[in-house]
Amino acid sequence: MRMIAKLGEWFDHRLQLAAPIREAVEHPIPRNTASWWYVFGSAALTVFLLQIVTGVLLALIYVPSGSEAWSSLQALNHDVTLGWFIRAMHGWGSNFMVAIVLIHMMQVFLFGAYKFPRELTWIVGVFLLLMTLGMAFTGQIMRFDQDAYWGLGIGASIASRVPIAGPAVVKLMLGGPIIAGATLSRFFALHVFVIPGLLIGFVALHVLMVLKLGINEWPMPGRIVKRATYETEYHELTKKDGAPFFPYAVWKDLFFAAFILLAIAACALYFGPFGPTGKPDPTIIQTAPKPDYFFLWLYALLSLLPPSLETPALLIGPVLVIIGLLLLPFLSGEGEKSWKRRPIAVLTVLLLAITLGTFTHLAEYAPWSPHMNAWSGDPVPERYLRGTTALERQGALVFQAKQCRNCHSLGDLGGLRGPSLDGVAVRLTQDQLIRQVIQGGGNMPAYAKNLSPAETTALVAFLRTLHPPGQAPARDAAREVALGDEKRSGGQP
Amino acid sequence: MSNETLNATPTATPIPTSDESSKDASNDPGISRRGFFMKLGILFNGLVAAALAVPITRFLLSSITRGSGNAYLSWVPLGSVNEFPEGETRLATFQNPYVMPTDGKTVGTACWVRRVEGDHFQVFAVNCAHLGCPVRWFPQSGLFMCPCHGGAYYRDGSRASGPPERGLFEYPSKVENGLITIQAGELPTPGGTAALATRKPPCA
Repeated sequence: MRMIAKLGEWFDHRLQLAAPIREAVEHPIPRNTASWWYVFGSAALTVFLLQIVTGVLLALIYVPSGSEAWSSLQALNHDVTLGWFIRAMHGWGSNFMVAIVLIHMMQVFLFGAYKFPRELTWIVGVFLLLMTLGMAFTGQIMRFDQDAYWGLGIGASIASRVPIAGPAVVKLMLGGPIIAGATLSRFFALHVFVIPGLLIGFVALHVLMVLKLGINEWPMPGRIVKRATYETEYHELTKKDGAPFFPYAVWKDLFFAAFILLAIAACALYFGPFGPTGKPDPTIIQTAPKPDYFFLWLYALLSLLPPSLETPALLIGPVLVIIGLLLLPFLSGEGEKSWKRRPIAVLTVLLLAITLGTFTHLAEYAPWSPHMNAWSGDPVPERYLRGTTALERQGALVFQAKQCRNCHSLGDLGGLRGPSLDGVAVRLTQDQLIRQVIQGGGNMPAYAKNLSPAETTALVAFLRTLHPPGQAPARDAAREVALGDEKRSGGQP
Repeated sequence: MSNETLNATPTATPIPTSDESSKDASNDPGISRRGFFMKLGILFNGLVAAALAVPITRFLLSSITRGSGNAYLSWVPLGSVNEFPEGETRLATFQNPYVMPTDGKTVGTACWVRRVEGDHFQVFAVNCAHLGCPVRWFPQSGLFMCPCHGGAYYRDGSRASGPPERGLFEYPSKVENGLITIQAGELPTPGGTAALATRKPPCA
């Protein structure tokens, strides 16, 4: 024991770190901040450290080369002892990291912790969020598979829309004219050197400011932040009702950090590593690329925005959001901290959470994408064919063979891009059906050039049978009068 | 710090015969010898940094400058005309003309070749004009469909439905010695590479 103490003294005589560290960990904090709500910041730091460790471990095997990255990941998954587990920890760690950073940010926002004098802490935090998302995106590219390849293509397509500089930005991003080895290398440099380096610096700054300015006190409704008086009030609070951070609050951080690490390990064990999916071979086009979980909302947004709004939304939207986040502490640097008296803040968080959640949920089943194999894979439900004429059955064949099914579902099977056709005969008359098939419209291609008159007749005859048993198909009364022949009104049995 | 400045001021002024210091003093009486050298040192570092910035910037931007004037593009043969039956659209693959040693399989590129009739060809990039996902050809319905956001195109590459704002990207193509050849080498993106603009192929 005495030896260790002596050794410690020897080091501290040279380092002189013991006193400042003790001062930092024992700094008084308001007693009520020792809450389970205040553990997310330290949890994010813990996951960041986990990412550094697992990242370095992966780099022992991973090869950032266009020709070898994919096979080195296969080796990690299948050959190297526990390589799959380290990959899974790193992948799940990234998911947890983004989630925890977002929760931390939400908590800071709702608790008014960004207000005076912690504006800069918030601003540094905004940059930390951007860097975390940057790590998530570049990390997805490290898994150099089909999704990564086409994800880069989407990134390049977005970047190319920058006015004037677009093509140059694309070449700068890809490191050449196409997505290839140089692209992976530069994203590797970003993922492993540039962004982590910045992250370490910004995290240090962020934590330093938390120590210097003190942990935000538990917001009380009616306790108003004023620039002139806040700091004296805060110091009085920590004196009157304060406790040292260590050990008073730190045990909750420790427990939560351990719990998060355990949760990541459990997910890694149970679900395993992410991919890699197919080889990054662009000649294999039978693929439907999807981004990782945290960019699914963007994937949804890109298909739901009207085309004319897409480019402005992509290029201006993020800038506005970032500027808004950076300006927040200056726009409301004073005033009420408690969420109980800040309804707009609460509604903003709810709106954002519900919007992102809805978009993510939509992107999980992507109703806007045609089901590429529905025409050959999903059969026409038997009940729709029972008691039909030869012409109507021929129509059902046309319906399948012309890939209508890729966008239109029957009996809950098939694409969701267009409306389900289960009851289409009730909605459209015979003439309307013919017109819709021939001319398209309302986001449906025109089929005039790809259907013979006989095929159109058969197809429409089949579509006319698609109505609920007790409900008659729609009919145009004037048509019968005009044609003067009831038998030609639709051939309905 | 404060000690140094205190020392510096008295020692710098009384040196009698130095031309430099008297000059300095005459120009700007507030500046000390040390202060002057520190500024000179900063200036020197600035000059070196500026000089080094030139090669660093050129290295960083080389992927842009190298491709100036369509230098990345060249004419690539896709195969004999006979491999593509008239009136049909087939998938063809080619190696990107610009290759780096670590590229692996990524230099392989696919494209859709439509032989309209005779030597009249249309060669489309597989990349959707919306966000670059690979479109697939469905001969039965005569449509290209994109799996990502549901863009659809007619057989001549024009937009049929969905989010794309334009038709498919078309490579300039020509038939030479019975070979169908296209001008390729850059990833087609909606922001527009000059060579892949929607214009009629030269043989049209």
